[in-house]
Amino acid sequence: MTSPLPGGVDCDLHPAVPHLTSLLPYMNDYWRDQVTTRGMTDLVSQSYPTNSPISSRPDWRPGQGKPGSDLADMQKQALDRFGVRYGICNPLYGVQMVFSEDMQDAFCRALNDWLAKEWLDKDARLRGSIVIPAQSVEKSVTEIERCASDKRFVQVLMLVMGDMPLGKRAYWPIYAAAERLGLTIGIHAGSAYHNPPTSVGWGSYHIEDYVAQATAFQTQLTSLIVEGVFARHPNLKMVMLESGFTWLPAYLWRLHKFWRGIRMETPWVDRAPLEIVRSNIRFSLQPVDAPPDPATLNRLFDHMQSDELLLFSTDYPHWQFDGDEVLPPGLSPDLVRKIMIDNPLATYGRLEFAKETTP
Amino acid sequence: MNVQFRPEPSASVGVKTAIADCDIHPARAANDELYPFMAKRWHEHLVAYGKQAYHGMMEGPPYPKAQPNASRRDAWPPEGGPQGSSLSFMQKQLLDPYNVALGVLNPLNSGQGLRNQDLAGAICSAINDWQIEKWTSKDSRLKGSIVVANEDGVSAAAEIRKRAGDKNFVQVLLLSRNVEPLGQRRYWPIYEAAAEIGLPVGIHAFGFGGNPLTPSGWPSFYIEEMVGHAQCQQTVLASLVLEGVFERYPKLKMVMIEAGFGWAPSLGWRLDKNFERLHSEVPYLKRKPSEYIRDHIWWTTQPMEDPERRDHLFQVIEWIGWDKLLFATDYPHWDFDEPSRVLPAGVSDANREAFYLGNAKKLYGIA
Repeated sequence: MTSPLPGGVDCDLHPAVPHLTSLLPYMNDYWRDQVTTRGMTDLVSQSYPTNSPISSRPDWRPGQGKPGSDLADMQKQALDRFGVRYGICNPLYGVQMVFSEDMQDAFCRALNDWLAKEWLDKDARLRGSIVIPAQSVEKSVTEIERCASDKRFVQVLMLVMGDMPLGKRAYWPIYAAAERLGLTIGIHAGSAYHNPPTSVGWGSYHIEDYVAQATAFQTQLTSLIVEGVFARHPNLKMVMLESGFTWLPAYLWRLHKFWRGIRMETPWVDRAPLEIVRSNIRFSLQPVDAPPDPATLNRLFDHMQSDELLLFSTDYPHWQFDGDEVLPPGLSPDLVRKIMIDNPLATYGRLEFAKETTP
Repeated sequence: MNVQFRPEPSASVGVKTAIADCDIHPARAANDELYPFMAKRWHEHLVAYGKQAYHGMMEGPPYPKAQPNASRRDAWPPEGGPQGSSLSFMQKQLLDPYNVALGVLNPLNSGQGLRNQDLAGAICSAINDWQIEKWTSKDSRLKGSIVVANEDGVSAAAEIRKRAGDKNFVQVLLLSRNVEPLGQRRYWPIYEAAAEIGLPVGIHAFGFGGNPLTPSGWPSFYIEEMVGHAQCQQTVLASLVLEGVFERYPKLKMVMIEAGFGWAPSLGWRLDKNFERLHSEVPYLKRKPSEYIRDHIWWTTQPMEDPERRDHLFQVIEWIGWDKLLFATDYPHWDFDEPSRVLPAGVSDANREAFYLGNAKKLYGIA
């Protein structure tokens, strides 16, 4: 086992909204009335069914309520246990699934206010991600600007399976706002289910959807790179959250080959895809989709050819590892330090800001 | 493995012995080449309505290729017609100089991916007859692939059984993108028939099934479609494994064609990890997903992934198994892999022979 270093940054924690009614205090009269009059049900996404084994480690599952819905549990099971200095909260409440952009916007605003009040206010280690109504770029930018004045928000959060490929030009005002305000763009596993969850249609099983998340990240990376997002926004950092990373080397070998062959189609891509990934893209550590033997994993790290790509994460409360084995075996102390401290601080500019301004 | 790597791909390794090319694309010199093999009713239908696929274009692909027909600039036959439409030029440009002992034909522009399943079946059956007439009966090195109306399992299975025992064919061919993921039950009659007549099922990248090409909708560029074939193929393979196709048809062999192979180990690890957690959802699976992949899946090599350090790719091949790779050029397409350049010096003779020829002969039953 590799031991975690104290003072790290956990880049993927999932505080759970207990129920849609928990957000009512953060909605205006109209939306409160909509939710209650229309008998709206809780917004649990099929990406993470509450009782699915992957949605919570067995020993992290509370006696009652949703896994991840209790701050004291999160403190005991993740923040204290792994001794982190900061923990970044990425709420996965299913607000992206609704089809009305007005409703989505109202729910996102409520969710972000809920996160600040119920979590960030209660533990100084916690930092937040701004959940946006991505169906409307205009409303997304407004929400980013509204939340960004609270420096504890360090990131904008989008789902990997949404309405359009994320490189599409329509989304660029979101990236411009994030770059301007020093926010990272986090792209997290999960689907708005506005498109089939695989590129060949709907599968039958939950396990298919979850396995397919990794392929969704791959198509999004292609889109972001070839549309030219990083030529326009060279300083923008994007983090792939709960994406897996063992697919990255072979994916890049293929992308790089085709880019060399047909770069005339996208001449604005001003650097090789490999370079763009090394400078602008990061990946959360969990899940580690590899066998638990150090030889294989170290070979994979060698294939990645960079020790700056990975950011420590527990993916709390999701079941990605057991016991304290959050770091895979065989990592060098140097790499542990990079993954747990140096890389996250270099990625999330607003963490440094917090370090300077809070005692 | 003790392999010496050079900083740049070597052009001088040379392929002295015979090779198999497991992905060759034969084309029609003109569309009416198929008419002798189809009822007159379908000639009239095609003139009036054309081929209506699961996308909007009456002609050509939705994502324009980088070059005409996605083909090499030097592959136009001297006598005219599109690239890949001349046997004599294919012999001169591919089969003879590279010492191809076995060439597997994968016709892409067939009836697959059409919405009208009767039309799809008529064109596919015609393509199968045409492969014999124009190609396999004229050059014994070439072997055909049985194409079928992919969305209609019943008629597809009938077409497969019709060709049982016909030595002109060595596999059944499907495309990767269909109306549903290929593990779904509507496709099982195809697998049942293929297993019954003892042919592997090849799944070639491409096709349209009406689904957006990414889980977030339609991308903008041809390069996204090209790179994306690897992602489509991963979900196809996950579907086949998780739906229990290999439990149901234990003798079924499948070939993943032109979608890369470098992603296979990572997909296997991800499937295994989640299978450990979620086994109760798919209780009919008796083994780890990666074990089905190891036993039932073969991979054509082209387009070989292209790392900065070539030894990385050969480490990946060790994870997959040298016994599972089938060399392919993708002739006449632009991303042709030159046989003499794909393996570095130092790969053992046994692995080299398996990679270039032995695995293919064994899988396709060629003496």
